[in-house]
Amino acid sequence: MWGIIRQKVCAGGFPVQILEESMHRLRPAVSALRSYSSAAKEMTVRDALNSALDEEMSADPRVFLMGEEVGEYQGAYKISKGLLEKYGPERVVDTPITEAGFAGIGVGAAYYGLRPVVEFMTFNFSMQAIDHIINSAAKSNYMSAGQINVPIVFRGPNGAAAGVGAQHSQCYAAWYGSCPGLKVLAPYSSEDARGLLKAAIRDPDPVVFLENELLYGESFPVSAESLDSSFCIPIGKAKIEREGKDITITAFSKMVGYALKAAEILAKEGISAEVINMRSIRPLDRDTVNASVRKTNRLVTVEEAFPQHGIGAEICASVVEESFGYLDAPVERIAGADVPMPYAANLERMAVPQIEDIVRAAKRACYRSVPMAATA
Amino acid sequence: MAFCLTKAKKLIYNHLKSKMGSLGIINHGNWTHPVSFSHPIPQNLKKPDTFFTNNTTLFASRRFESIIAGKHLDSLRNVFDEIEVLNFPGGKVKFTSEMKFLSESPEERIHCYRVLDDNGQPTVHSNSVQIGEEVAVKMYNDMVTLQLMDSIFYEAQRQGRISFYLTTIGEEAINIASAAALNIDDLIFPQYREAGVLLWRGFSLQEFANQCFGNRDDNGKGRQMPIHYGSKKHNYFTVASTVATQISHAVGAAYALKMDGRDACTVTYFGDGGTSTGDFHAALNFAAVMEAPVIFFCRNNGWAISTPVSDQFRSDGIVVRGQAYGVRSIRVDGNDALAIFSAIQAARRMAIGESRPVLIEALTYRAGHHSTSDDSTKYRPVHEIEWWRVARDPVSRFKKWIESNGWWSDEAEFELRSSVRKQLLHAIQVAEKVEKPAIAEIFTDVYDVPPANLCEQETLLRETIKRHPQDYPSHFQFPL
Repeated sequence: MWGIIRQKVCAGGFPVQILEESMHRLRPAVSALRSYSSAAKEMTVRDALNSALDEEMSADPRVFLMGEEVGEYQGAYKISKGLLEKYGPERVVDTPITEAGFAGIGVGAAYYGLRPVVEFMTFNFSMQAIDHIINSAAKSNYMSAGQINVPIVFRGPNGAAAGVGAQHSQCYAAWYGSCPGLKVLAPYSSEDARGLLKAAIRDPDPVVFLENELLYGESFPVSAESLDSSFCIPIGKAKIEREGKDITITAFSKMVGYALKAAEILAKEGISAEVINMRSIRPLDRDTVNASVRKTNRLVTVEEAFPQHGIGAEICASVVEESFGYLDAPVERIAGADVPMPYAANLERMAVPQIEDIVRAAKRACYRSVPMAATA
Repeated sequence: MAFCLTKAKKLIYNHLKSKMGSLGIINHGNWTHPVSFSHPIPQNLKKPDTFFTNNTTLFASRRFESIIAGKHLDSLRNVFDEIEVLNFPGGKVKFTSEMKFLSESPEERIHCYRVLDDNGQPTVHSNSVQIGEEVAVKMYNDMVTLQLMDSIFYEAQRQGRISFYLTTIGEEAINIASAAALNIDDLIFPQYREAGVLLWRGFSLQEFANQCFGNRDDNGKGRQMPIHYGSKKHNYFTVASTVATQISHAVGAAYALKMDGRDACTVTYFGDGGTSTGDFHAALNFAAVMEAPVIFFCRNNGWAISTPVSDQFRSDGIVVRGQAYGVRSIRVDGNDALAIFSAIQAARRMAIGESRPVLIEALTYRAGHHSTSDDSTKYRPVHEIEWWRVARDPVSRFKKWIESNGWWSDEAEFELRSSVRKQLLHAIQVAEKVEKPAIAEIFTDVYDVPPANLCEQETLLRETIKRHPQDYPSHFQFPL
């Protein structure tokens, strides 16, 4: 049917791309039907986030969503699909283009007692609003001596996507993770997404919720328990995705998937890797990591972000402080290249960690290959 | 692009109505460009009564020669008045064939509303609100108290007893009169030169002193520099050092008030300098779009530390910016307590009753230095400061008015000043001696519930203090 209208329209000189975009708007409805029909065994991260938002908005009338394109457009990445229709424009607010503005307004609403969920189209744009996130949200409870608490959630895609260049690819986990007063979460799977977003919305403190654009479309199995509307994952607890005894690999967000694949490759070579999904950047679950290192005696940290002052640096410091005697090898950090993200596909691939990098690092830590220093 | 996706349905009808207008574009020289109908017209939409005989004429119109289009136009003009008007996104706009630029500055500056003249006498045609004796006397009392508090606390800083202070000299009317016209339920989002608003609402002199000394009784728990007051009880949000961030907070809170259906608004204060920030722009813009019940109060006192307004902006002050954002605005004499009172009361009614933001620009002069870290004689003439401080003092102007009503006397004046002076000096003496906050307060309020790592750190700190008492001598005050 669409094809026929397009032909007619082309003859009349309609700009075709407008119609195409209208079609894009309708497409998500189709895919939603598809995922519902497969019952509740698998769920995409996108649907997990959408359902979490839906349930929290339904349960608490103070929760509202604000951001660019979240309403009529159904969300820049369709995370808020259907919410405007269900809750109306008062609770799903399409904003003008000013991250500083709507972050400040969200904080003001939270000061009063509402529970805003502020969406940044990507966390790169949150830099426009970072003064409000840090100085108006994170520090307010402390500076006001407990008189002003800020139950706000800042969420959106973080880190590298694919082919979007330097100003759309930075990971902000380390920046926000260093600030007291904030909680910072980085879900990986659909269960993570659902449970952590619900926990974030219910939390009385400001939360930075770092999603990943490339994970939105990925499907994960979900337990029956996670589909319950009261399901929450505790903030500050990492998850051991795969148990092992030879080496600990920590990761968060998309890199968890890479670490798991690396673990499979390593298993074939006789190295049993324990993969930890950090889930929570602040508070960082140092106990789980240290307990694991005390078991395996070796550690490789993985992140997509720039290497200096990264999450891996913090994890390494924690392990050196608390489990120094247990380490049989120096801690290795796998991180993105120390360059602004290039665009060309081959260059981009070189600028982010690949599964092979994790495998090689693990082998080095297990003394199965020549250490990096020796080749220098 | 966004408009076509979001408003498609409405605009389809508007567009069909304005078909004549579209032809108008063509006639004005655009006929060689593809006519950009920026939204699809569904096949099933009924065609309105139209001059065109068939549909294809519409789509082929871009191929018209201008002469032919012109002929069409003449015959159309009799039938459709809308030809001179085009329905752009955002509404109808009339065309003009006269190329005229809007001037960058108006011929005359926006007039300034005042009720009392310099001698404290009401001007003839004022439509101001009548204030009763009780309120007027309280207003005057608080203005004097504020003035005295400022001078005594400023001196205390000069003596090294507090680290920093910031006065409201010259802006006492702004502080007290605006507060007096509001309800206690209205939420205040201050910058830093509005201690008088908190004073009016009942914050005691002792509480002010406690915050400046950062002692154990400070309801801010010694977390912030002096003058960063805040009180949930008084609906006065804690002062933050960031400039103009409170403006967007006020809009968010106003939106929340509206959603709650409360009979209250938010009021936010900022200076002329603060209006240069991005937050000011975004907040005003948003408030208009969201129809938030917020009063934007700009204290245009001529200076942002050493930056005079002529270096800050080139617009006619702040009041003209209101209209640029679709916000109702007024300019008032910031040294006239009655004018401010009236304007705020009216603004409040509009903000709540009509669910709209209102901008008030109060013209005044910062008669003191920016703060104790500033010596403004370095960048402005002493005689100018003195003239404003004395000849234009808002406190004495209001005094003349209440005296002329028989509500005040010299005896009352003497009583008030000596009593308040005594209270202030006492408050400082007491505040100075009170213990500093407990060590535990380093770690509380970071989060709602103290996290494990901070609990550990607190334990470690206490142990360290016990183990190395020589590093923590008692005169440094480390109460446990």
